[in-house]
Amino acid sequence: MSDQLYQERIVALAKAKTGAGKLENPTRTVRRDNPLCGDRVILDIRLDGQGRIAELGHQVRGCLLCQASASALSAVAVGRDAAGVAELRHDAERALGREPGDTHEPFDAFAPVASHKSRQECVLLPLEALKDALS
Amino acid sequence: MSFDVAAVRGQFPILSEIIDGLPVHYLDNGASAQTPLAVMDAVRHYETTSRANVLRGVHRLAERATEAYENARARVASFLGVPTMEVVFTGGCTAAINLVAFSYGSLLKPGDRILLSEIEHHSNIVPWQLLRSRSGIELEMLPVTTDGRIDLSALPRFLTPKTKLVSLAHVSNVTGALLDVRAVVEAAKSVGAKVMIDGAQRAPHGPLDLPSLGIDFYAFAGHKAYGPNGIGVLWGRPELMEAMPPFMGGGSMIGRVTLAETTWAPSPRRFEAGTPAIGPAIGLGAACAWMQALDWAGAHDHEMALVQRLMDGLQKIEGTRLFGPASLQNRYPVVSFMLDGVHPHDVAQTLDSFGVAVRAGHHCAQPLMDRFDLDGTTRVSMAPYNDNSDIDALLAGVAHAAKTLR
Ligand SMILES: Cc1ncc(COP(=O)(O)O)c(C=O)c1O
Repeated sequence: MSDQLYQERIVALAKAKTGAGKLENPTRTVRRDNPLCGDRVILDIRLDGQGRIAELGHQVRGCLLCQASASALSAVAVGRDAAGVAELRHDAERALGREPGDTHEPFDAFAPVASHKSRQECVLLPLEALKDALS
Repeated sequence: MSFDVAAVRGQFPILSEIIDGLPVHYLDNGASAQTPLAVMDAVRHYETTSRANVLRGVHRLAERATEAYENARARVASFLGVPTMEVVFTGGCTAAINLVAFSYGSLLKPGDRILLSEIEHHSNIVPWQLLRSRSGIELEMLPVTTDGRIDLSALPRFLTPKTKLVSLAHVSNVTGALLDVRAVVEAAKSVGAKVMIDGAQRAPHGPLDLPSLGIDFYAFAGHKAYGPNGIGVLWGRPELMEAMPPFMGGGSMIGRVTLAETTWAPSPRRFEAGTPAIGPAIGLGAACAWMQALDWAGAHDHEMALVQRLMDGLQKIEGTRLFGPASLQNRYPVVSFMLDGVHPHDVAQTLDSFGVAVRAGHHCAQPLMDRFDLDGTTRVSMAPYNDNSDIDALLAGVAHAAKTLR
């Protein structure tokens, strides 16, 4: 066996399934597909009066990386507005080596994906979906 | 004498590469096969001794190039069991199907029907959808059985006098199922429909005898049949090809051009507008000759033994499910499976870390995935140069994925 993409933290994030499931009364629901691999994310969000995320639920039909990313996102998205979510996106981009700079919990877990270009969209899909939901 | 895998492997240098310390266990032949030295040598020979444009020049290099290009056509024709001048070189299998959809399609009228199936590759669906939006034809889909075969018992229900063409995969790129072409032809003929066969996954497994199949069009891709990229083949029944207008206009495909009007050259030139992919065509000719020289009875037994070894091994790993025929009858060595609780892309990625190359996902057959509500499958597609070590490495990788990813 060679390089390990599926390191413990990524697998743990995916298994944690943080935020998995539907919301009862979502403010918005968005769906994002990756046409190349068929991964799909459905996100429900509930917003507070100031446009901040009060609650988030995700249904992922996709690979472990996509599930782990949705789980990571759910762990830190509550309380953020669109600008705050854009910050998370930068963090993910930095973990993937697509932007310079340091990354932070939880997206730093995706650093092993930096050398797997073809899998990076899997990590970014839930973030794309959340951006759509807030726009 | 039993099939000598080592001798075959020796002709494919890439199989002895070591990448990041790992051997190459190449089980993604359905996407693109590897190419033997004989093919590389033929292309190199053309590029180093005969490179020129074809059909136009009178100089010696042009003569050599034209001869090599036309020899390649003869070799492909021999592989298919048809006369040389019935072979059209195209840009690929997709290009060949698009050619028929455009040129044969232009002869169809609104309300005419084309029958496909739910198992088809996107390249045998989308060109027909484009034709439908251009010309108002109707498309219908034969269903697929739970063991991944086109359900031919539905043929009588779908065939009507309005059905002008039936276009189906000879071998499924997802399940490996072999189509009973003769049964399709017999049923289609009863309503006067033509039959096109997408041979992309069949051609890599040995010579064909197209006349015995009774079909009207056959398409395949060079790169899946041990040849170069950028080249494919269309065979069409001559009386149909002569009735069809060109797909693309340009040089080489004309009878005579005046500013008012142009007459078409006969097939195959009519369908080979512009400078063709000369080197790749020569390479494909060499690939067909290489295939014709192989012991396919031995190769087929060898491939089926690998399929059996794979199926037996997968069965021992908890949570694996096959999608496709469970038997070795009427199938080719393409095997799809699912591992419960692990997404196919994660299976394939884990396999890569064992040096094993497979394809995972929808395999350009989304309607089939939708029909069976699958996220995708992991697909193992074999060639005669694969051996037990490839299968064993794959099984070790799947077992590892089962242990660590769920
Ligand atoms: C059954 C089938 N048809 C058609 C094609 C298209 O071949 P190409 O992309 O080489 O044109 C493929 C390739 O995957 C295939 O498997």
